[in-house]
Amino acid sequence: MSSSTGADSAPIKTVGLHVGDPAPGVKKVDPIIVADHIKRSFGGLTAVDVEHLEIPRGAITALIGPNGAGKTTLFNLLTGFDKPDTGEWTFDGQGISGIPAFKVARKGQVRTFQLTKALGLLTVLDNMKLGAKDQSGESLARALFPWFWRKQEAEIEARALDLLTRFKLVEKKDDYAAGLSGGQRKLLEMARALMSQPQLVMLDEPMAGVNPALTQSLLDHILNLKTEGMTVLFVEHDMHMVRHIADWVVVMAEGKVVAEGDPHEVMANPAVIDAYLGSHHDSDLGGLDTGVMTAIKELADDDADEIKH
Amino acid sequence: MIDWIQIISNAAQEIISPTTAAYALAALGLAIHFGFTGLLNFGQAGFMALGAYGFAIATLTFEWPVWAAILFGVVGSIVFALILGIPTLRLRADYLAIVTIAAAEIVRLLFTTNTFVEVTGSANGLQGYKGGFAALNPLLLFTDNESVLWGFGPWVYNPYDWWVRIFGWGLVAIAAFITWRLFKSPWGRVIKGIREDEDAVRALGKNVYFYKMQSLVIGGVFGALAGVIFILPRAVVPSNYQTSLTFFIYAILLLGGAATVFGPIVGSVIFWVLLSFFSGFIARAVEVGWLPFLTNVQAGQLRFILVGVAIMLIVIYRPQGIFGNKKELAFVK
Repeated sequence: MSSSTGADSAPIKTVGLHVGDPAPGVKKVDPIIVADHIKRSFGGLTAVDVEHLEIPRGAITALIGPNGAGKTTLFNLLTGFDKPDTGEWTFDGQGISGIPAFKVARKGQVRTFQLTKALGLLTVLDNMKLGAKDQSGESLARALFPWFWRKQEAEIEARALDLLTRFKLVEKKDDYAAGLSGGQRKLLEMARALMSQPQLVMLDEPMAGVNPALTQSLLDHILNLKTEGMTVLFVEHDMHMVRHIADWVVVMAEGKVVAEGDPHEVMANPAVIDAYLGSHHDSDLGGLDTGVMTAIKELADDDADEIKH
Repeated sequence: MIDWIQIISNAAQEIISPTTAAYALAALGLAIHFGFTGLLNFGQAGFMALGAYGFAIATLTFEWPVWAAILFGVVGSIVFALILGIPTLRLRADYLAIVTIAAAEIVRLLFTTNTFVEVTGSANGLQGYKGGFAALNPLLLFTDNESVLWGFGPWVYNPYDWWVRIFGWGLVAIAAFITWRLFKSPWGRVIKGIREDEDAVRALGKNVYFYKMQSLVIGGVFGALAGVIFILPRAVVPSNYQTSLTFFIYAILLLGGAATVFGPIVGSVIFWVLLSFFSGFIARAVEVGWLPFLTNVQAGQLRFILVGVAIMLIVIYRPQGIFGNKKELAFVK
């Protein structure tokens, strides 16, 4: 894997992730997740129908697509929160299809949620400590005897305080998580996920509802995950963010993967424009979803800017 | 004239009565279920019935020693918890509420039905199981006279009554200590996390189903032990285990503070003192003609209305309970 250096402020992108031409289901040099024939339908609606998908290790992959494309459903399936009709997938070479969510998490694949799940009436520090794996004090028999787990608890607390310092939440450590702002809860959820020292971090819309002042800090944290050797897969609607930090983009529409590639190429792919705008986008502009339109226009502007500099 | 000393003295007796201890222990079990784990168990009366009947049946029918009889009731409540939990703990919280309320009624009706009258005594219930327990009384080491009265003020009892109180409150103290230890441990942290959002806890690699089952079993065992204490000063009668028993225990829990260790205990004391005070006051007020519109029978029911009003006032003006943390409530939607 080689890296290309961008401008000073721009993050370092990881390139050379795929083998052959970028197309839906393209082989990766070093995949962490390999999924085949995943299908999930709700009644008559096929929410996810993915023939083959590989997620590259050590990179930041974005999963994008219009509303209802099946991104969150795919997330739920890969993390064991939902069961597919058919399909099998491996994580780090081990088959994990059909095993329950808590076992998936123990294998080093940890997720966050679109609607933030900070545990409101636990303190920020307790939220963090809950994230740590293999705690002997979590067994009922040993919980009664503090001398069995006191040492481990101290280590976990030190690690939690260290992470909270990095996420600038350390002054809040004794507050209830319910008292945090929306953006701080997102940060807490991400920090808590890191307590389990995962290999793959899956973020479901990390930027949704985050105050712009916190956006940059959240982006930096996601980029740091890659620097520390973790793999990131995230669902996002904010195209700027996708462009800014993703090394690889997977586009879904109507349950299928319709395109894959690096962010710049993917945005220009006709299949992606079709997915977002409908296949007759060039014939009639009257009924377009203006939000999507704006997003695509902004991306085009971004590209133009980047070329100028 | 109303004998206020008598009314207050009767109310004061409730502070250490074994019934108060039994309700405190049952409420502590419910605090583990509802306050800490978020499990809506509406069948605590069923757990108490299993403890009470388990102890009485093992003593009378199987002629087991006291410790084995108590253990029999406890095992019965564990099996009951597993039967309830296996199908419902995977579902949403409200299903557990429906299943537990129905299951507790099934338990009570099984003990009431004539089919098993040989073992359960049907609607008349059981008595004559206290011999083994009374024989264990350590206080008899100090006296040969079983009807000697000890104590001071309103609290004057014979050795058996003291032994029941020591045993009952001893169990409450041990259970409170265990609960306090558990909820200061990482285990308790996982449990409280489940109350807040079980999917989040699942995503952190914890086996939520298993933890909920452990919580259901521990709270149920506390309920069964409460059932044992409950029958030591009286007989086993199936009509004592109606749904209203569960609701009284919920009232105690909310009074003291749902997610606290001392709340259920203090809540139980306040509940019983108030109940005794109101019933004593009303009965005498009717006698001296202060309430001419009430008959004696109606007066007997009025105390529950007054206790209800008192509990409503506390829940409205101090919704977190006596020991609850006000801050915890500030964020409840």
